Amino acid sequence: MKTLNVSLSPHIRSGGSTTKIMLDVIIALLPALGVGFYVFGWRALLVTAISVASCVLTEFLYEKLMKLPVTIGDLSAVVTGLILAVNLYSTAPWWIPLIGGVFAILIVKMLFGGIGQNFMNPALAARCFLLLSFSRIMTDYPILDGMTSATPLSIVRDGGTVEYLDLLFGTHSGTIGETSALAILIGALYLFIRRVISPRAPLTVIGSTVAFVALFTLIKGEPVTLNFLAVHAFGGGLLVGAVFMASDYATTPVTFWGQIIFGVVVGLLTAVMRCFSSSFEGMSFAILIANLLTPMIEKWTYPRPFGVRKERKKAS
Amino acid sequence: MKKLLERLYNGVFKENPTFVLMLGMCPTLAVTTSALNGLGMGLSTAAVLMMSNLIISLLRKLIPDRVRMPAYIVVVASFVTIVDLLMQAYVRSLYASLGLYIPLIVVNCIILGRAEAYASKNPPLLSLFDGIGMGLGFTVALTLIGAFREILGSGSIFGFTILSDWYEPVALMVMAPGAFFVLAMLTALQNKLKAPSRTNDPDKFCTGNCRHCMDATCSIGNREKPVVPDEPEAVPDSPAAPAAEASGRKEGEQ
Repeated sequence: MKTLNVSLSPHIRSGGSTTKIMLDVIIALLPALGVGFYVFGWRALLVTAISVASCVLTEFLYEKLMKLPVTIGDLSAVVTGLILAVNLYSTAPWWIPLIGGVFAILIVKMLFGGIGQNFMNPALAARCFLLLSFSRIMTDYPILDGMTSATPLSIVRDGGTVEYLDLLFGTHSGTIGETSALAILIGALYLFIRRVISPRAPLTVIGSTVAFVALFTLIKGEPVTLNFLAVHAFGGGLLVGAVFMASDYATTPVTFWGQIIFGVVVGLLTAVMRCFSSSFEGMSFAILIANLLTPMIEKWTYPRPFGVRKERKKAS
Repeated sequence: MKKLLERLYNGVFKENPTFVLMLGMCPTLAVTTSALNGLGMGLSTAAVLMMSNLIISLLRKLIPDRVRMPAYIVVVASFVTIVDLLMQAYVRSLYASLGLYIPLIVVNCIILGRAEAYASKNPPLLSLFDGIGMGLGFTVALTLIGAFREILGSGSIFGFTILSDWYEPVALMVMAPGAFFVLAMLTALQNKLKAPSRTNDPDKFCTGNCRHCMDATCSIGNREKPVVPDEPEAVPDSPAAPAAEASGRKEGEQ
């Protein structure tokens, strides 16, 4: 007779793991990166490769030197490297993704305790570090042969229009992974279907950004056209940021209303920066600031357990 | 003579105000955008510290205990005004780049801390040398941080370009975050080398016991008078007070 095995709960496990989630994110990033490689050529591939290698190597070396368990197998460093590459222009010199990867992993992730402990998105923090440090190089967008040379956001700011098909297929200038709306939406759909992320935060981010951009443009007394709003939604880093960065587990709220508040905060800040600042893009700074607010947002939206009244919560 | 030299050594190495005591962080982080700014700020603070220590020590028997803080502030503020006007007259470019931080020397924790912990209890000559030592320690620290930031952020040192064509300056290093990065790296290095530092001496300084930060069991906070956890913390009358107490005790042990 077989003896019964006595163990503590939980008895049923989903079999999910960090590696599987990260693998799903990598798969979801592939269409956007693929379009980037196709549009911007081998340099985009080089930037991505250096970025990923730099992230993984930094994590490996840090953990070896500090005699910690090596965690590069969970693929989170690969995801950080890919997201960093998504945010860079393909014209960046080779050392930009290298420094970015080291900064993202070493300073933002490992020094704060490794995966899950970072207080802001490592890839975005690295991107902002690079942007503030090397602003001339980091705003030097690639010029495509026979196509518009400026990024869609700068075109609409000067009152121009952008073809919808260009927005959809990504045949315009921009960072490596932000250009093709279609490719990003395919990735997003994959993540939603696999239930890796919930569509709450991304949809709120996109919706509120478009709403606030429209509002602020009206306040400034400029015309709001459909093309203008479409470019703001699909022509810059908004889409890729909303799907891949505003849904990061460690740095965004976990509560239902928390994710919605987070989305609105990101949308508001992005719209303020796009409409009232000298730069065209404000998505990465908006997400970083919202990352810092995450603990507070979670505190406000902490769910009340069933049956617990407010007064008793105060007493405890 | 030996005691006077010991004061200098104490100020520069053993109780360096920036790297060991971690006092006066505001000017440390704000004005060290270049080595020259750090040096200028350090020297002007040193001048004020030296003179205020001397005068406070001379007056230590005359100042009533209950009004000592205002009295110290008056002494310190007079010397800051002198330094402020002198700098405005003779080193205008440095004065322009340090700006508001010269008048703010009045509320520098190091100066009040040394007045409270040392000058008010010790004879004038020793206090003067304590001021010189602490001032030199502060100057060395600020110049060091400024030099690192200037090399990384502008590729030069004291205005002379040393990393020219191949180096792309990391502009962030001369912005506010750069100060935190450089100070953190230097402190980390200090801890690694087991040099004295506020962050690595578990008997006297923080043990990382963050759950009980500043309560009865905290290693820095109110070690002598345990407080009831529910009661709000008594606010010390100046930010320098706990640190001054700590270094005051150290003086007593010697």
